[in-house]
Amino acid sequence: MWWLLIFRNPHRRLFDLQTFRPSDIFRMKYIEPHAHMVSRTTDDYEKLAIAGCEVLCEPAFWAGFDRSSAAGFYDYFRQLTDYEPKRAAKFGIQHYCWLCINPKEADDPGFAREVMDIMPQFLDCPNVLGIGEIGLNKNTRNELAIFEEHVQLALDRELPILIHTPHLEDKLKGTRLILDSLATFSKLDRAKVIIDHVEEHTISQVLDAGYWAGMTLYPQSKCSPNRAIDMLEIYGTERLWMNSACDWGVSDPLAVPRCMLEMKKRQHTAAAIEQIVYHNPRKFLSQSPRFV
Amino acid sequence: MPSKQELLDLQFIDARHKLIDLAAFLDRIDRHPGADDFRYAALKAALPILLTDRPDRARAVLDAFSDHSTEPIPKAVFQGALGAPR
Repeated sequence: MWWLLIFRNPHRRLFDLQTFRPSDIFRMKYIEPHAHMVSRTTDDYEKLAIAGCEVLCEPAFWAGFDRSSAAGFYDYFRQLTDYEPKRAAKFGIQHYCWLCINPKEADDPGFAREVMDIMPQFLDCPNVLGIGEIGLNKNTRNELAIFEEHVQLALDRELPILIHTPHLEDKLKGTRLILDSLATFSKLDRAKVIIDHVEEHTISQVLDAGYWAGMTLYPQSKCSPNRAIDMLEIYGTERLWMNSACDWGVSDPLAVPRCMLEMKKRQHTAAAIEQIVYHNPRKFLSQSPRFV
Repeated sequence: MPSKQELLDLQFIDARHKLIDLAAFLDRIDRHPGADDFRYAALKAALPILLTDRPDRARAVLDAFSDHSTEPIPKAVFQGALGAPR
């Protein structure tokens, strides 16, 4: 309702109406570095394209229910490496993905290793960027063991890593366990690892340790646009990106462009906005030779 | 960077709305029958943080709602999260 205040308070300059043009934002290209499009409709691809999304990356995740067999993951990996790139291409969006077994289903290590045995068939597909989103969910011993096996797989294949941190009350502990675990991999290049879903109580630990950090704009359980912008103002833009992580839950595939508009309202320059939504993800993702 | 006045113009109504909604939630819980639980207690315990002058209230509230144990657990008893530690 900011526009109401402008008209009620004509002498106040919320931002410069002489120079502000919505097209500054809506013409800007951006990268959506984390979206679960298998859960979204084709309409969403159209909306993303209209909003300026040029590239979209889809980490492998939990489907909202546990799969009954590893064969379910075989089909899921086919969807990520074959079907979704074609669906995105119809709207001019380049689609990439990350592969793994997600932390929720990793609490059954026998099942997780069956899925990991399937992964090599897909890791050389042209849109596969790396291993992700691995991580922790309830911070169990089994989740941690499978997490570390994924990190070793990424190291063996020299792939970047995308890491999910747990939800709500489990995030702080999970982030610390993940950082402690990663520190035991002496050959790990921390610049090739992004730790996602950071919030105010975890961001500094991730950045201080030399990793990239992702801020997820997700209703209720993660960051609001204004909180993400606060973190940008406090920590700067280096080694940070923003994503929607839109999925089968109540979530918003346009969360990134909505945050771009909030940044503009808070007087961030077009160059600063483009840095965080385009150049930063491009810089991180370019570490994968598949990203072109 | 916007001034305090500009931020108030931009966001005060939204913050006011959220605070009233929180107050109404507390009233609603008190008004309804039955016992509350650890989540309500965690919420009330976090409220005084808002009245401090520290520059990182959001972080402090998140810390207050976090599990501060340090060892991995043997097995997950459920997959979700409740928003506050038991």
